[in-house]
Order: sequence, then structure tokens, then C-alpha cells
Amino acid sequence: MADETSPGIPAPEGDADIIETDYEIGQDNIEGRVGPFGFDIHNPVFVISGLAAVAFVAYALTAPQQASDFFGWLRPTLTSSFDWFFLLSANVFVLFCLLLIVLPVGSVRLGGAEATPDYGYAGWFAMLFAAGMGIGLMFFGVLEPAYYFATPWGDAPLGTVRPFTEEGALIEGNVEEARRMALAATSYHWALHPWAIYSVVALALALFSYNKGLPLSIRSAFYPLLGERVWGWWGHVIDTVAVFATLFGLATSLGFGAQQANAGMNYVYGIPNNVTVQVILIIGITAIALVSVLRGLDGGVKVLSEINMTLAFALMLFVLLTAGAVGILSEFGNGLVAYAREVVPLSNPFGREDTGYMQGWTAFYWAWWISWSPFVGMFIARVSRGRTVREFVTCVLIIPSLVCILWMAIFGGSAINDMIANPETSAVKANVIDNYAPELSLFAMLESLPLAAITSTLGVILVIVFFVTSSDSGSLVIDTITAGGKVDAPVTQRVFWCTFEGLVAIALLIGGGLGALQAMVISTGLPFTVILLIICWAIYKGLSDERRKT
Amino acid sequence: MFKKIMTPVDLAHVETLQKTLQCAADLSGHYGAPVVYVAVTAPQPSKIAHTPQEFAQKLEAFAKEQGDKHGIAAESHAITSRDPTIDLDDRLMKAVEETGSDLVVMATHPPNFSDYIWPSNGGYLAEHSKASVFLVR
Repeated sequence: MADETSPGIPAPEGDADIIETDYEIGQDNIEGRVGPFGFDIHNPVFVISGLAAVAFVAYALTAPQQASDFFGWLRPTLTSSFDWFFLLSANVFVLFCLLLIVLPVGSVRLGGAEATPDYGYAGWFAMLFAAGMGIGLMFFGVLEPAYYFATPWGDAPLGTVRPFTEEGALIEGNVEEARRMALAATSYHWALHPWAIYSVVALALALFSYNKGLPLSIRSAFYPLLGERVWGWWGHVIDTVAVFATLFGLATSLGFGAQQANAGMNYVYGIPNNVTVQVILIIGITAIALVSVLRGLDGGVKVLSEINMTLAFALMLFVLLTAGAVGILSEFGNGLVAYAREVVPLSNPFGREDTGYMQGWTAFYWAWWISWSPFVGMFIARVSRGRTVREFVTCVLIIPSLVCILWMAIFGGSAINDMIANPETSAVKANVIDNYAPELSLFAMLESLPLAAITSTLGVILVIVFFVTSSDSGSLVIDTITAGGKVDAPVTQRVFWCTFEGLVAIALLIGGGLGALQAMVISTGLPFTVILLIICWAIYKGLSDERRKT
Repeated sequence: MFKKIMTPVDLAHVETLQKTLQCAADLSGHYGAPVVYVAVTAPQPSKIAHTPQEFAQKLEAFAKEQGDKHGIAAESHAITSRDPTIDLDDRLMKAVEETGSDLVVMATHPPNFSDYIWPSNGGYLAEHSKASVFLVR
């Protein structure tokens, strides 16, 4: 490694297997000032990502119908044609992660043999969750179990029985089986598989950065495959696609999130549901995210994630206690058993008749998690230094899976109870099955419990805070990638990306195109799946070398 | 008058620090106070080093080189920060105490508009630290 200050200094001895490369972090960067503000950006990743983002927004705004038709066709075509590929690959990721826990390579420590963890368990978990799937838990926690339980559209998981007649009357004999399958099918989408996807990306980035000394950027995971070429156009393309998926993933979720929060506020307080309110929400969310990134990883992002988790935990505890703790906790036990029994049939892509569920939900989810994985994986890597691989995989795979199953059992179980108890008047049934209004499902469930005014307010706040915690961590990730893996780029850059994200969301919200560009992001899940499979091999090779040399 | 001089350095931009380094060395000779060179790194690999340990070694070598060059007593103090972009000011404040320095000699840029939004690191230290601060422009 070139160094002008102190030649001849040896690398650290014996605690890590550094990859020797002539590439110097930041060598392709352009440093300078625009007026009083400094910048330090990777050439060409920063410029191409920025310009391509503007170009795609312009395309979606000027040819909305064409964009919507094209991506609206592309996404379902990919997820239904390649459903088998998504399902099989996700299974490979789960098995790979489970193997890492038991194989000897699991003892390798991220950051070198002597490294100590950067964060304690509480802060670490809070950040994993808040970046990874927080908002999804709010949106799907009630929706998904309630939907699978009673779907009249023929996309029930594994073609399970319906608990309601055409007229909406309860069929007592079908209730238990439908409830069991609803919890199993929901847990399947939120437990081992998504967290295995995140684990693979995060582990690759942490390993190649902390142990091999490569820059913290997606391209580094490709070093075993591409060698020095990874610093050229191959790497530029990989990093640019990652920035692109992260930026549009965040911006479109921000746009949809503002619509959901607005719908919730309309339902709870009667606040008008229109674009003006939604734009104000996006500006508010972006402003808080800006404060968070300006306060830094420890003073902003971590603190906000912890607040977020405390609020979410409070809401979960409230639902647990008011909806009947004993019943709901036994639901958690049932959910676990159902998941364990059904995970194999649910993850088998062949000979299935429930294609509505398998393609419309599972393959869609897998593409979605995978398209988010560069962002979440990179963020998890940033905060996971000092853990052993075994500890890392156990904590990123097993514990979040259990928490997600618990969350789904509490929120979904409570929603299903409401549908069974009041098939005629249930607000959950009205908003999920009778009139499909998914953004209201959480609030409809809270309405069935006491103190709905307070908990719904908490729900709206949580939806907003979850978006802030995705937006701030996403800005840090994009900033690091577009600065060539540097984590100490001038603060102006994170301000730029955070603001840019908000502006893209506002432009798409006003001009239309949220749906089209979200479909585009999810479509990137297919090439990324291939990339992730290669990364599994790279991780195994990297870990084996590590064990041999240290 | 001064017992220890702390000089924060950016190992990636040593060429811009010559005036500051000379100044610190001169003051060190004048007061017979050792200079402790302080630098902050993130846990992630950087232009300078693959790991924080390697960074610390390089800083130590840098301090030794300065000590030999100027004939002064020199030490090094490497700091790892998880988010150096934001935490630099606080970490430097702490370093003043950790190293027991009573004079800070550091480089800073000429004041400009951005200082109204984000004060320079040197400006922050001069405003908040108990030690004397000598800013070299």
C-alpha cells in the first residue's frame, strides 16, 4: 500500500489476513471545494449515480404511462418467471448461514483476532432492526396475517382452507388451520430467509473491509472473483447499481410511506388526505433525518434507533397485554411450531399449486429484500465490527427471526382474534378483506383494543420515525459508497444525499411514478440474487484463508 | 510555561501541515515541552491504513520521524472514532485531557462562510478547550 508519510511500516501482525493490493482507498477520489463547502467524492461513481438518478426521475415524470407500463410489466414478469430461482437462492442463503454457525470458520473475528465489538447488544440490535425492516413490521404486521387468514382471492398459502363463507359467515371448523397457516406463511417471509439475505451481504462487506483491508464498498466483496479489475469499471458498475437501488428504494418507500402515514392520520384524526400534507410529511421526515446524520452515527442514528425500538416495544407490549397476554403468547408458541412445520413446504418452489401466494408474495418479497440488501447489509457491516462470524450470524439471523415471529404473532394474532370474534363488524376485516386498504390495517387493529386514540397516535409516530431511521442510515450508506469507501468524507455530502432522497420522493409523489420506480428497484433483485450467490462463495473462500493464515 | 503540546495531524494531508509542524517543534524547543501528535481514524480501512492498529503504528512512526527531524521529544496518540466526520471535535477535546496537554498547536483554514454553519475544528477547540490553542493559518 502506498504511503507517503512513513514508508516501511509493517502491517499488523498475525491478527488478520490483509489482501495485498496496489489500490489505495480514495485514489480515484476528487477532493475540492465548492465555495466554502468541501467535497471528497469517488470518480465516477458519485457523478454517474447522481446523473442517472436525475435521468430516471425525468423519465418517470415525462413519460409516466410508458414507465409505469414497462416496469409494471417487468417486475411481475421477473418474479413469476424466476420464482423458482428466488426461492431456491433464498434457501441457499439460509443453509449457508446456518452452516457458518456450525463450521470451524465461524470462529473468525470480524476486525481481526484482537478486535472488540464497537457497539453493545442493545444499540446494535436497535440499529439492525430500525434499518432492516422496521417500517415493514408496521405496515405488514397486521396486514399479512389477516390477509392470509381470510383471502378470498385464491392466493392462500399452500392453498389452505378459508375460515369464512362467501357471505362472510365464520366456518368454525376451518379457523384453527387457517390461523396456523397464516402465522406460518407470514413468519416465513420475515424470519430466517430475509435475515439470511442481509447476513450474507453484511458479512461479505464486514469481512472484506475489516479483515482484508479493502474499502467499505459493495465492490470489495467481488475481489476474490474479479481481482484488481474490481477497482475499474466492473466495480464502478456494481457500486453504482447499489447506490441506485438504495436511493430509489428509499425515495419510493419515503413517498409511499408519506401516503400511508397520511392515510393513517386521516383515519385517526380526519386530517385531509392529499399531496400537500404528504409533501409536508416528507419534508419533516427528511429534516429530522438530516439532524440525525449531522449528529453522526453515535449521537444521531443510534440514539434515534433506540428511541424507535423503545416505542415499538411499548406498542408491542401494549397490544400483548390488552389483547390477552396468555392467549397471544401461546400464539407465539403456535407460530413457532407452525413455522417449523411449514417452512420446508413453503420454501419448495416445485409442484406448487398456490402460485398466487408463491409468486405474488414470496418471490416478490425475496426480490424486495434482495434489492434492499446492499443498503441494509452495508449498514449492518458498518456497525458490526468486533463480532465473531458465529456470533454475527446467530445475532443477525436467529434473534431477529424470533423477534419478527413474536411481532407477527402479537399483531397478527390480535387482528385474527378480532376477525373471528366480530366477523360482521371487524375493522380489520373491513380494511383488509372487504375493502382492501392495506395502509389502514394497523390502525384498524388498534381500534379493536382499548385506548385506541393514544395507540394510534403512537402508531403514526412510529411509522414516521421508522422512515427517519431508514433515511438517515441510507444516506450514510450512499455517502460512503459514493466516496469510494471513505467514512470520513465532508459532512456536506451526507446532507446532499439525504436532501436529494427527499427531493426525489417529492418529485415522484407530485408527478407520479412512485410505483414504476419501486417496481424498477425490485427488478434489480434478480441480478443481485446472482451476485449474492457469488458472494456466498467469496465469503467462504475469504473465511477459509483467514483461518489458515491467522 | 507549557508542559505538553498536542498537535492534531491528518496523515493523509501531511504536505499541507508543514507550517504547523514547524511551529509545534519550535515551541517545543523553546519551552522544553514534548509534542504529542494526535490523529483520528475510523475502524474501516482508510487511505492511510487497513486497520486501527496499523494506523497507530504509522502515527507512531510519524511522531518518531518528527522527533528525530526537529530534535524534540515526540509521542503519538491514535484515536478510533466510529464516525470521524461528526465526532472529530469531541474526540480532540477528549484527547487534550487524555494526553495531559496544556497547549494545542493545530492547522486550520482561513475563516469562510461555512464556519457559520459548521465551525472549523480548530475554532471549536479554541472556543471549548481549557488548554491554550494556537491556530496556524
